[in-house]
Amino acid sequence: MRRRVWILVLAAPVVAATLLLISGARGFTASAEQAQTSNVEVKIDNFSFGPATLTVAAGTTVTWTNRDDIPHTVVSEDKAFKSKVLDTDEKFSYTFTKPGTYGYFCSIHPKMTGKVVVQ
Amino acid sequence: MTKNVKDEILHDHNQDGIDRRGFLKCMAWAGTGALCVMQGGVLKSYSLSRLSDLGGSAAAAGELSFVQISDSHMGFNKPANPDVAGTLKAAVDKINALSKAPEFLLHTGDISHLSKPEEFDTVDQILKATGKEVFFVPGEHDVLNDDGAQFRERYGKGAKGAGWYSFEKKGVHFVGLVNVMNLKAGGLGTLGHEQLEWLEDDVKHLKSSTPIVVFAHIPLWAVYPEWGWGTDDSAQALAYLKKFGSVTVLNGHIHQIMQKVEGNVTFHTAASTAFPQPQPGKADSPGPMKVPAEQLRSVLGITDVNYVRGQHALAVVDSSLA
Repeated sequence: MRRRVWILVLAAPVVAATLLLISGARGFTASAEQAQTSNVEVKIDNFSFGPATLTVAAGTTVTWTNRDDIPHTVVSEDKAFKSKVLDTDEKFSYTFTKPGTYGYFCSIHPKMTGKVVVQ
Repeated sequence: MTKNVKDEILHDHNQDGIDRRGFLKCMAWAGTGALCVMQGGVLKSYSLSRLSDLGGSAAAAGELSFVQISDSHMGFNKPANPDVAGTLKAAVDKINALSKAPEFLLHTGDISHLSKPEEFDTVDQILKATGKEVFFVPGEHDVLNDDGAQFRERYGKGAKGAGWYSFEKKGVHFVGLVNVMNLKAGGLGTLGHEQLEWLEDDVKHLKSSTPIVVFAHIPLWAVYPEWGWGTDDSAQALAYLKKFGSVTVLNGHIHQIMQKVEGNVTFHTAASTAFPQPQPGKADSPGPMKVPAEQLRSVLGITDVNYVRGQHALAVVDSSLA
């Protein structure tokens, strides 16, 4: 009997710590989800933008990463933004503050097109 | 030459010379050399191994010969070819070893990979070893970040607009065009209104018997629009060249040899000196094609062009760097 009580007493702090860990992890997940709405990634692979169409909230920063062996650019059709040439693994970011539809393309390979819809 | 000679490839383009779809049947000779002679609308191609059979033929005794090189992409260092300076030097060795020295070189663009000054410097240094004058047109990789200001400063002095120009050599009229500027979303290469007007004026006063050579980076024919391999307003440019009996169009950009004949016009694309690209539609994208190291030089190359007075068209010989 005595022994079992002793185990329970010992176990209590472990359970408490586990609960803390779980709630901590939950809190971390929640903040990561929040970050995702303000910072979104577009990958350039095989001469295409992925995703080609992106819908985001105003204030979102979109980051393009060139994962091809060939340089690309990210240039909006209405000249709202224009990257320098991006070599392999280089990035370009732009923060969309105003709602609207922003068509963009690679000015080196104009068959590559994409769209960001800002709500 | 008869058809049973193994190395001869004969294409009769007469039957479909006006059928636009007909020209999509083009040949790629990756890894081999070929001599092409066009007479009366019939294109004959011979593998370089049969050149001795041609003996004293017209192509072997041209009055003007020049070499086209393309797509040196100096600065590129990925696995498809980590040593583009080495393969450009191999191209120079090939040029210097030609039995008939060329009068000059044409470089059809993508001299550099990222438009960096040191990339252009390296190419200039390597090409110096040919001792020949080089005429350049820009590729899209040569006009990054500055709308081509550096390119024009280096290679386009005296040229018009974005860098287009013309010159005469031994009765042949050469036209260098720029189709890599102001590209539009979803579109192909573009010449633009100003350049087209200049071209119309440039060739207006020439006799129709004048042989014309047009060179530009992106193909002036629809090789594969899905990959951007064509020029939106090239038909307008070609319309200005209709009256001429012999027109040769030399392009780069697609890093492989292709040829097509349409009426009086022979279209030709050169191999790269840096890395090969896949055949149209044969890969997910037109990105660099990786081949085993020992095969690399067989898919890179130079193009030797021979003009013989009185012949209907120029003879084009492609040689690999292997």
